[in-house]
Amino acid sequence: MSATVRTLLAFALFAVALAIMPKIFPSGTALTMMSLMGVAIVFALSYNMLLGQTGLLSFGHAVYYGLAGFAAIHAMNWVVRNKIGVSLPFIPIVGAVAGLFFGIVFGSISTRRAGTVFAMISLGLGELVVAITLIMRGVFGGEEGISANRAKLEPFFGFKFGPQIEVYYLIAVWCFICVAAMYALTRTPFGRMCNAVRDNPERAEFVGYSTQRVRFIAFCLSALFAGVAGALGAITFELVNAQALSAQQSGLVLLMSYVGGVGHFFGPIIGAVLITLLQISLSDITKAWLLYFGLMFIFVVMFWPGGIAGFIDQHRPIVRSGRFGRLLPSYSALALPVAGIALGVIGIIELAHHQLVEAASEGSKMKLFGIATDSATVAPWLALVALLAVAGLVFRAIWPKAAEAFATANAAARGAAP
Amino acid sequence: MLELITFSTLNGVLYGMLLFMMASGLTLIFSMMGVLNFAHASFYMIGAYFGFEISRRIGFWPGFIVAPLLVGAIGALVERYGLRRVHKYGHVAELLFTFGLAFIIEELVQMFWGKLPVDYRVPPSLDFVAFRLFDTTYPAYRMFMLATAVAMFVFLFLVLKRTRVGLIIQAALTHPSMVAMLGHDVPRVFMAVFGVGAALAGLAGVIAGPALVTQPSMAALLGPILFVVIVVGGLGSLAGAFVASLLIGLVQTFAVAINASLADVIGPSADIFGDLGRVTVAQIAPVIPYLLLVLVLVFRPTGLLGNRES
Repeated sequence: MSATVRTLLAFALFAVALAIMPKIFPSGTALTMMSLMGVAIVFALSYNMLLGQTGLLSFGHAVYYGLAGFAAIHAMNWVVRNKIGVSLPFIPIVGAVAGLFFGIVFGSISTRRAGTVFAMISLGLGELVVAITLIMRGVFGGEEGISANRAKLEPFFGFKFGPQIEVYYLIAVWCFICVAAMYALTRTPFGRMCNAVRDNPERAEFVGYSTQRVRFIAFCLSALFAGVAGALGAITFELVNAQALSAQQSGLVLLMSYVGGVGHFFGPIIGAVLITLLQISLSDITKAWLLYFGLMFIFVVMFWPGGIAGFIDQHRPIVRSGRFGRLLPSYSALALPVAGIALGVIGIIELAHHQLVEAASEGSKMKLFGIATDSATVAPWLALVALLAVAGLVFRAIWPKAAEAFATANAAARGAAP
Repeated sequence: MLELITFSTLNGVLYGMLLFMMASGLTLIFSMMGVLNFAHASFYMIGAYFGFEISRRIGFWPGFIVAPLLVGAIGALVERYGLRRVHKYGHVAELLFTFGLAFIIEELVQMFWGKLPVDYRVPPSLDFVAFRLFDTTYPAYRMFMLATAVAMFVFLFLVLKRTRVGLIIQAALTHPSMVAMLGHDVPRVFMAVFGVGAALAGLAGVIAGPALVTQPSMAALLGPILFVVIVVGGLGSLAGAFVASLLIGLVQTFAVAINASLADVIGPSADIFGDLGRVTVAQIAPVIPYLLLVLVLVFRPTGLLGNRES
């Protein structure tokens, strides 16, 4: 099977998955969550055009998402007010144009420099825009933001996009278009030039390209797709406020891309789906969920720099040559200590959070993993620390074996492949 | 008017010196390791909270000494067991590590001390009026802050320029391998500089905590301004960081004091600017550092006193 056929097949599968997901998870919550995942996928991929493909670390990518969201919401209100026959599926184009416009404006300043300085400028510009949105209340609606009613627009072939399922399909179609476009972009000479600018700017200059120009174009295109994501977000929530372009939103998209894996095109997709899922489900389960996000991020940066996609990619030759079975015993031996470490860390955080935050108002009695306990007593703390210590020691003892098994299988797989 | 200018200058210099206490450590760390420490403002916040906790239990003065040392120790540990480990993955990973760290520190501070500001007070021994000028009083505590910041500045200057340790640090900035060849433990020098930088930030937190507000968002509010300072000053330039600290300190303090808007100056025709016409200078004070950043980058991309390209 040639690479082209495989790619086409992958995209066909992606389209089918997008189409049948609502049949598998038809509940309202699931539909909303999947809509948000679609938005997050476009946003994270647009971010990775910068970080993964061009090597530009931005701390202010939400600026384009948020500003385009505001543009989209104003466009929706304007269309409704003036009774113009534009229907909802075309609103993301407004977002794209707005994203591109602000990308050109801010990109012309920030892409003059690369590396650390670029990161700092993106942070500064982000703060600047946030401060301005709070000053210009007329345009950005202050703290409440601006709202719109998506069902009031001209129906599109009879669809009014009131129900969430119709919105889901709107997002799914736009998500597919954007993913395909962004993937196609990586296959063009321009996409390759971005990689060259990331890996070796000096050589890229010698080949005759202006690295500044390549960075600028990549930045503008990335802002364009972030704009589409922003408009889709505005359509889902029917509301945009300053939160959409805040530093938190920028941090969130960084988290998605990095946890998913910036080294691969599909990494941010995994990250976007996973983080959206965690964001919605985790915030119901624990009040310390932001802390878990931070710890997860640090963990990936320190020990797993390739992210999930990097992990999958490492094992691909082994699976292909049929040697994955040999890894299973050592990997399953690791599962128990890893689970022990995770339980220990989560338990200690939950105990500490309960004792420090909730104990004063609700008393120190609590439920941890479904077991009734008391965070003011020593016993649960001792038990969790002991669990953590034992699991940690076991992990340290068997980790070298697993690493060795991986190294042998990897060497054999790469040796076997011609 | 004269009154406004005098006090704004005094407060501006004070704020600038406070910024420089942090920017100096940040700049030194950056020139050594090429890492912009995102968590630097978090060390400032930890310093303030440690100072608060110690002053609540023992007193302000023990906290003044102990809290910066604790923060310095935490900084050294972060360098030894965190940054050094991610060093092999490159500068982006290092920057991201400190970014994640800043986030975790904010969450932990919220967990330990709550989301609301804590009641970190000026010690009674410094709670009096220093002098009176044009019927306005100036608190002694502010003079103490200024004195501490100036003392730190002199100390840092003397250590870097006049001692053997300073000589090694300066050499390690530009020629780390040569310094290592001469038998110095360069990683340990890095760790020490990181620790001292963190301690300086912690000290800034201890003395700024009672005067400003000690709250979990103080790091997130100050961090970006700190980066503006060192980018405007020129990355890696200590003198540039000093100039930019004072500049931003003065500009922001004066802006806060000016209560005029565009509409006051050019009259009703300012309406064409919409909301922007009615905004007072004081209201846009938080934006000014970032505008300065953009202006500097457009007209002098290396920063005021910098010569580095990246």
